[in-house]
Amino acid sequence: MRPFAYERATDVRSAVATLSERPDAVYLGGGTNLVDLMRLGVVSPEMLVDVTRVVDATIEESAGGGLLIGAGVRNGDLTADPLVRGRYPVLAQAVLSGASGQIRNMATVGGNLLQRTRCSYFQDTSKPCNKRRPGSGCPAREGDHRNLAILGHSSSCVATHPSDMAVALAALGAVVHVEGRHGPRTVPMPGLHRLPGDEPDRDTVLEPGDLITAVELPELPFATRSRYRKVRDRASFAFAVVSVAAALDVADGVVRDCRIALGGVAPVPWRAELAESALRGAAATAAEFGRAADIELAQARPLRDNGFKVPLARNVLVGVLTDLAEAR
Amino acid sequence: MTTVDMRYTGSALDRVEGLEKVTGRARYAFENFPADLVYAVPVQAAIARGEIRAVDVDAVLEHPGVIAAIWYGNAPRLVPSDNADLAVFQSRRVAYRGQYIAVVVAETYEEAKEAARLLRVEYAAEDHDVRLRADHPNMYRPEKVNPNYPTDTEHGDPDTALTVAPVLVDATYSTPAEHNNPMEPHATVAEWDGDALTLYDSTQGASGVRDTVAPLFGVPPANVRVISPHVGGGFGSKGGPSPYVIIAALAARHVGRPVKLAVTRQQMFAVTGYRTPTIQRVRLGANADGRLTAIVHDAFEQSSTITEFAEQTTTPTRIMYAAPHRRTTHRLVRLDVPTPSWMRAPGECPGMFALESAMDELAIACQIDPVELRIRNEPDADPESGLPFSSRNLVACLREGARRFGWADRDPAPGVRRRDRLLIGTGVAASTYPVYRRPSQATAQAHRDGRFTVRIAAADIGTGARTVLTQIAADTLRTSPDQVLVEIGDSALPAASLAGGSMGTASWGTAVVRACEALVEGLDRRDGDLPAAGMESSADTTEEIGAQRRLSRHAFGAQFAEVGVDTDTGETRVLRLLGVFAAGRIINPKTARSQFIGGMTMGLSMALFEESIMDLEFGDYLNRDLAQYHVAACADVRDIEALWVEEDDPHLNPMGTKGIGEIGIVGTAAAVANAVHHATGVRIRDLPIRLDKLMR
Ligand SMILES: Cc1cc2nc3c(=O)[nH]c(=O)nc-3n(C[C@H](O)[C@H](O)[C@H](O)COP(=O)(O)OP(=O)(O)OC[C@H]3O[C@@H](n4cnc5c(N)ncnc54)[C@H](O)[C@@H]3O)c2cc1C
Ligand code: SF4
Repeated sequence: MRPFAYERATDVRSAVATLSERPDAVYLGGGTNLVDLMRLGVVSPEMLVDVTRVVDATIEESAGGGLLIGAGVRNGDLTADPLVRGRYPVLAQAVLSGASGQIRNMATVGGNLLQRTRCSYFQDTSKPCNKRRPGSGCPAREGDHRNLAILGHSSSCVATHPSDMAVALAALGAVVHVEGRHGPRTVPMPGLHRLPGDEPDRDTVLEPGDLITAVELPELPFATRSRYRKVRDRASFAFAVVSVAAALDVADGVVRDCRIALGGVAPVPWRAELAESALRGAAATAAEFGRAADIELAQARPLRDNGFKVPLARNVLVGVLTDLAEAR
Repeated sequence: MTTVDMRYTGSALDRVEGLEKVTGRARYAFENFPADLVYAVPVQAAIARGEIRAVDVDAVLEHPGVIAAIWYGNAPRLVPSDNADLAVFQSRRVAYRGQYIAVVVAETYEEAKEAARLLRVEYAAEDHDVRLRADHPNMYRPEKVNPNYPTDTEHGDPDTALTVAPVLVDATYSTPAEHNNPMEPHATVAEWDGDALTLYDSTQGASGVRDTVAPLFGVPPANVRVISPHVGGGFGSKGGPSPYVIIAALAARHVGRPVKLAVTRQQMFAVTGYRTPTIQRVRLGANADGRLTAIVHDAFEQSSTITEFAEQTTTPTRIMYAAPHRRTTHRLVRLDVPTPSWMRAPGECPGMFALESAMDELAIACQIDPVELRIRNEPDADPESGLPFSSRNLVACLREGARRFGWADRDPAPGVRRRDRLLIGTGVAASTYPVYRRPSQATAQAHRDGRFTVRIAAADIGTGARTVLTQIAADTLRTSPDQVLVEIGDSALPAASLAGGSMGTASWGTAVVRACEALVEGLDRRDGDLPAAGMESSADTTEEIGAQRRLSRHAFGAQFAEVGVDTDTGETRVLRLLGVFAAGRIINPKTARSQFIGGMTMGLSMALFEESIMDLEFGDYLNRDLAQYHVAACADVRDIEALWVEEDDPHLNPMGTKGIGEIGIVGTAAAVANAVHHATGVRIRDLPIRLDKLMR
């Protein structure tokens, strides 16, 4: 491990100022992803600016009727929050399905959004990887990619984004509050994470120095009927093979509105907009849910060993929507 | 021959070192800090085959704290031995990716790690071959298989018998490479004092490490002391010294200061052994009533180019079922891969996955209940050697398990039981493990205050060995366990066999009993009147074990699994797992249960998760940490129980025990796979049973 400096930020502006001056500095949240990657030599920042004391760690009602979740809120606290559990169960379930109790107690909302891919090549500095070392190649394309992307990947990178929380936030249409060099701004979700294109090293649209300060959930009354289902290789403590976050508004057997996002299938939390528009106004039946899933997944371009994710995503999507339609 | 009275043996004594462990006072290898300690971080080869051209030692010596960088070019020469894996830095050749090719020593761990990262190594890479396949042109027949079994066996005319058999099962199964992942990664602290070496090592056998390490450095074994009082698991990977121990000793000698070397979890996936992947073809010929006429089991496995490790995959098939015509074979190919080694029940574990899956397929082909099928094929004597079994209670385990599990009204039809989104199924498989015993020595000392000290270089790798030996000693000494101190984990103690092959209790226990018996006799003669220094007796069981009668000695068991398979996703969860074992006398039901359910949990893990993925392009195992290499999490183990049937076998040892450390993992994967078939109608013949294999 390379020697590095550690600084505890005292306020948001000075944290942003430090990072703006020092391109070799990064923010430190709970450290559960960053420190692992430093140990592996995947990243070697020269300075860590600990922001856990300056970004807000509370969950409050927002002016717009939604919730404002401080970026410093620990994942464990988020899952336990009564407002979140009551109004946005999909979010509480998604976060609860991730990592382990110990990790969730350390991990922050800001860090969770910006965690890096779990692609094995990315984590092994003795191998090429376009995301880690631009231009070095993507061995996953021909190598091990069973758990990598079927949607949105490019010839330069086929990684998936690993966050469960981000899938729920993308479904809910959350807005990310960012403090940057030029002051505060907001970034909508989906929209925070970017597809790899030919710049797979850039996971998000954030600029150097951008600090996530909060995540705002819009008012979405029908999100009380929402659900997260995660398919994984073991019963807990495993990243998603495929996951679905969905909220459904049904009246008289007809879908009035819905929100759907898929995880484990793309370099970004994948908002299933095609499926959503196919469903608005449609009958809330398994057949219609299947049709919508097919429309969304028609875009899939599976790799040699991950074609199973297409029927898997379809099954889970139909299963979740059916459960929601039947739920009272 | 069973001579130990059951007073404390057979009782659920708490672990004698339990308090020390849960309060953090138990000291593990890494936690030793001799004065002047420095840290070593090894460097791993970044090619799978080729030569090291050059290593830029000078550049890293400039880095803060760095004391030395050692590789072939500047390493001291070791005395040649027949263990090529231990000949660290003795050649330019790279035999596999991840092989230790250099080490950096620095004042702090962080400095050593950073310098190791920066060490520039120039290679001449060659094409590598890392893919095991049954038709590999370089498959050959090894001379023997681990530890010393014949490679192939044949009885009768299996080929003809298969051709004429009314019912034939012919199936190929495969198991992936799996890596031992004890909780405590390997670590050692090496300290030289002149020509004397002390190693604080995490090992399954202090005496063995001493005897292997000493000659490499040209010193007598008496000059080497290996201290290892507590070990956080090994599962076979700490059975013999791995290269890291030699590197630490070599580095310590080179820099003239004590050196600490901790293997990282990631490195463990290259340098501390693993279970070979296997491809196994099983052919069973049977009459319509399920009685076997022929059994043929062929295994294909890999080893490294530098060391032959030929796993004994088909050996359990030699003793499981009666059949007049039979053959077992092993073929091996040497690839540019790390050397495989022991992992809990090497041989039996993958071998029984194949055989017991095939038995399930036969039960279905014959429309016979799989429990009944096994009972029908129970042999009267060892089917290959013809020797009598010292005891064999497989049938009792099957019957008791079936009763407890509620097997009786099982509908054999596959794919018909639904509970919500789940398809439910049940499966059974047999377990077996040989009874080994190796010579050991022990001493027993009586003190004037009525207390005793028993000494033996045994190892407690979390099994409860220290506790069980305390019970055995207490009963033999006719005293209570709190009066007995058992000292283990130090090569300065009387030499003992390693904690492996499920033979610890049998081997060490015999030596402890004999030493204690001699002491009791001596005390009786003196009428309890002790000199100030107390009184000591010793024992060496070499002769006793050499003279033991030739019998077929094995433990048996039966495992029953209930699974639920999600019809949307193919996710398989084991809802219930029951193991019933016949393993001689159980010395401590508490630690024994931990061994059984620990083995079964690892078997469940093998069935559903464990798989080291070989990267064909780079030639190494890719998934190198516990986030990527899945072992069962708590949530995967829902309802697990282990029981045992009474077994009184007078032909074993003074305690009447068979080993229990490994049998629990044997058969579990087949029981789960058979249950998955019962649930879904899909037969998974290649482990692990991942959801994509069940996705339809
Ligand atoms: C074994 C294991 C299993 C896991 N399983 C799962 C799982 O199943 N599902 C899942 O979703 N996740 C899983 N995780 C990942 C876990 O959720 C993330 O590690 C965690 O959420 C990261 O949060 P953190 O606060 O620790 O981030 P850090 O590690 O501190 O930081 C991560 C990144 O975010 C940046 N950052 C942190 N805070 C801010 C901020 N406020 N503004 C801007 N940048 C910031 C850092 O610079 C860094 O680049 C797992 C992790 C581990 C180790
Ligand atoms: S998929 Fe992306 S992260 Fe993985 S090796 Fe390719 S470029 Fe790197």
